[in-house]
Amino acid sequence: MDGKELLSRLIEIPGVSGYEDQISDMVRDTFRPYCQEVHQDAFYNVYGKKAGTKQGLGPKVMLAAHLDEIGLMVKDIDEKGFISFTNIGGVDQRILLSQEVYIHGKEKLFGVIGAKPPHLQGKEEAKKAVPVKEMVIDAGLDPKRLKELVSIGDLITFKSPLIDLNEPYVCGKSIDDRAGVVMMYETMKELDKLVFAGEVYFVATAQEEVGTRGAIISTYSVEPDIGIAIDVTHGDTPDASKEETHNMDTGPVIAVGPNMHPKLTDRLMNVAKDNGIDYLIEVEPGLTGTDARSIQVSRQGVPTVLIEFPLRYMHTTVEVLNMDTIKKAARLTALFIASMGEGWEECLTY
Amino acid sequence: MSDLLKRLVSAKGASGNEDEVRQLIIEEITPLTHQVTVDRMGNVIGYKRGSVPGKKVMLCAHMDEVGFIITRIEENGMLKFGTIGSIDARILPSKRIRIGNEGIPGVFGIKAIHLQEPAERETAVKAKQLYIDIGAKTREEAERKVKPGDYAVFDSEMVYFGEGKVKSRALDDRAGCAALIEALKADCPFDLYACFTVQEEVGIRGAKVAAYNIKPDMALIIEGTTCSDVPGIEPQNFSTRMGMGPAISIADLSSYSNKKMVAYLIERAEKASIPYQIKESLTGGNDAGEIQRSRGGVMTSVVSIPCRYIHSPSSVMDLEDFNNTIRLVQEFLKGCEAL
Amino acid sequence: MRELLQKLAGVYGPSGNEEPIRDAIQKEIEDHVDEFYTDVMGNLIAVKKGKGGGKRVLLAAHMDQIGLMVTHIDDKGFLRFAALGGISVANSICRRVIFRNGITGVIGYETEVESWKDITLAKMYIDIGASGKEEAESQIKIGDVAVYHSPFSANNDKYMGGAMDDRAGCALLVETIKSLESTPNDLYFVFTTQEEVGLRGAKTSAYALEPDLGISVDVTITGDTPKAKPMAVSLGEGPAIKIKDASILAHPKVKELMVGTAKKHGIPYQLEILEFGGTDSGAIHLSRGGVPSGVLSIPCRYVHSDSETIDANDLKNGVKLLVKILEGEINF
Repeated sequence: MDGKELLSRLIEIPGVSGYEDQISDMVRDTFRPYCQEVHQDAFYNVYGKKAGTKQGLGPKVMLAAHLDEIGLMVKDIDEKGFISFTNIGGVDQRILLSQEVYIHGKEKLFGVIGAKPPHLQGKEEAKKAVPVKEMVIDAGLDPKRLKELVSIGDLITFKSPLIDLNEPYVCGKSIDDRAGVVMMYETMKELDKLVFAGEVYFVATAQEEVGTRGAIISTYSVEPDIGIAIDVTHGDTPDASKEETHNMDTGPVIAVGPNMHPKLTDRLMNVAKDNGIDYLIEVEPGLTGTDARSIQVSRQGVPTVLIEFPLRYMHTTVEVLNMDTIKKAARLTALFIASMGEGWEECLTY
Repeated sequence: MSDLLKRLVSAKGASGNEDEVRQLIIEEITPLTHQVTVDRMGNVIGYKRGSVPGKKVMLCAHMDEVGFIITRIEENGMLKFGTIGSIDARILPSKRIRIGNEGIPGVFGIKAIHLQEPAERETAVKAKQLYIDIGAKTREEAERKVKPGDYAVFDSEMVYFGEGKVKSRALDDRAGCAALIEALKADCPFDLYACFTVQEEVGIRGAKVAAYNIKPDMALIIEGTTCSDVPGIEPQNFSTRMGMGPAISIADLSSYSNKKMVAYLIERAEKASIPYQIKESLTGGNDAGEIQRSRGGVMTSVVSIPCRYIHSPSSVMDLEDFNNTIRLVQEFLKGCEAL
Repeated sequence: MRELLQKLAGVYGPSGNEEPIRDAIQKEIEDHVDEFYTDVMGNLIAVKKGKGGGKRVLLAAHMDQIGLMVTHIDDKGFLRFAALGGISVANSICRRVIFRNGITGVIGYETEVESWKDITLAKMYIDIGASGKEEAESQIKIGDVAVYHSPFSANNDKYMGGAMDDRAGCALLVETIKSLESTPNDLYFVFTTQEEVGLRGAKTSAYALEPDLGISVDVTITGDTPKAKPMAVSLGEGPAIKIKDASILAHPKVKELMVGTAKKHGIPYQLEILEFGGTDSGAIHLSRGGVPSGVLSIPCRYVHSDSETIDANDLKNGVKLLVKILEGEINF
């Protein structure tokens, strides 16, 4: 399957943090043809294992891209049948008004987030963002029927299928970080073209959006020698500073800072240079908001690198991605893994 | 001994880039220990065999310091930066720094007072509006010397002044590293792990994996801690007082010290007539937080050297406090069989 | 259960100083469990072995309560303090506190402040009635911790007093230990330390015990008081089964186990979504390779005040529900 096709399918499957059962099953099935072994754990992390053709000489590498997505959750249902909700993961309340959603109750229900018409608002009121606690979802059902189908704690996802913008840009929801899962899938294919040592665990992690919780658990379980976290970063837009955003068309972004292993990161950059893959650098002075933060300090410590793709409008329903970046990043990652043969430990020595 | 301190505070070591201070510490502790290893995070662990089997003792001081990282080079050759660890941006204007492993000199510029509006002078500067000037006229010129991702630290020499006082950068926690190294000269009945951790200032990262590796039974953390016994601060907010001896923590935001260890430290201090103080605040956190919660739990306590103006290029410490901290840690080691 | 709760709620035990409450709980359970011990972090762990073939289940309730740690004693004998856990200004003004040695005091504030909004904990102090520094120091040391001091009372099936958070949970576990007849599961009841300062005892005990499943028992806030923040939990409508808080998304299968058991046995329950805060399960579920975990919550008004209020029936039904969960076979 081609990457865009896979991305389009993945973002259609609900997988709000903590409730990733469906997306986890789908990712498992997607990984299967390209891995020797695939399993899931109790927290819906998916582990795909690929052993190198050169046995015993290379490191145990763990890739991590998260499969969960941000979303909403039913908090209460009032006597008229309006649903109040809370957010799971970081949702900008300003994008919520008038969104179309699915409520995952006993049945999958369609609903809209209501917005008070402008002519009913006072001047002062109109200046302020509407807070989440004042919003409700209208599922168009009478309260009795609604309460039969929906209960407190049910998940709500956004309706926003993948569309093509000007080639090669695509747009949709939850590209953060389903595109990372697609990148792992493409990396598997790339690896099949190469000879590499050691073994590679492709881990699609759960609960990243609520505190990299899936990565904490899965890294402990895999006990890797090297970690490669894969996530999105901010693409350039006119309303954000150049310091905080990245050109959408150059290629993958390699992060540097205390959270990443300096020598391993150098090696990653050298592999990119040697193979003519353009990349950008993102400087992260503190902890990154990605799985890398947890992978690095698992057990006795895991030297970790972070590979990112620029994404515009992160955590909205119209995230925009350059699909070519995924291919470039996958090729870089596969070449990086294949570059570590005998004596790979040397590149970690302080 | 103060030569050791001088060597330690002269070495660069912003969190995530501790190479220079790490090499120095390895050299310093090699003669004092049986084995020196560096783990995957870059922590240095010196192992000293004990004569009594059973328990493992961990001494811990962090070798990283607060600093900066270059995030972007502007067209005009000026550098934008991020801060590593917590630094009050108001102290930055008109300070010198050293960038990268080469130690390229740079300064935080600020437009001259003549050019400022009166209201501007009243406003605190933010790190985002500041920039580093290395004297490069263009981006190309700057790129020949520095690149995004290069780390930087304050440039400030150690100076003896006043009555037994010392001023330097990075006293938090090179003073602790120096005290730990000196304390290693004392005998410990148990197996001793002298641990110099990385990345404390960015979230107690190194200590977490070091403790997991070492599996200690007890750990003593040696810190440089805040000391606010200065004008304008009321006594209840001093936290520690300069010249009153090492500060023993009952608790801070990251850990609650083991009561037996605290009682034992006090007992040893009193027996050896070492002045000490109890830290009068609950603020801050340090390596003890992660060590205490490692695996099934570890007994921890913290001894701190009071440092005024912490996280700035001009931290100030009293040499008597420093010496007494060494004595206290040595006393702790000698008798720790009692624990 | 009133007697048990009243007893436990009256014992001193702020975070890091859980020795007295640990002794009290130990006395309650020692004849009802197969073994018990205290670990390095001070957690009390009580084991009840199953008949075999079951799961290893960790049950946690925290023994510690929030407190005020003395950080400075001034020349006149007033004590400055820092919050050990979630002590708030609003819940502290002019409240009575008590130290481990029985010395009591009242929390005052610098009355020169212009507005109530300007009061911070740094502007507050504890007055123990000492005539000067020396007298104060003869009774209290830097690092000593006080807790709210208020009588336990009961009416209309409600229990009111300090430290319901989480002595109500401790009482629920103690009662569960006493009520359990037989179970296929190996049960590890952990009365944890230092929950209020960061789920610390739960973290190390979960690592050491390596359970298959974790359930913690703690109080949660309600939305049933005049103009309360919206929250679909009320006093008296049953124990609450947690869906999420800031520390955990309860594992769907554990949640289903709890809901299913309540439904099967006709035990009233509520579903809880807490938009902030956390409890021991937050640390337990991330232990090692992951421990599916949930939380049984006791609805409580005025949490972190000296008059936390719970409902007698919620507590009783909580015991009933937990006993039924533990007596059954757990299949996942």
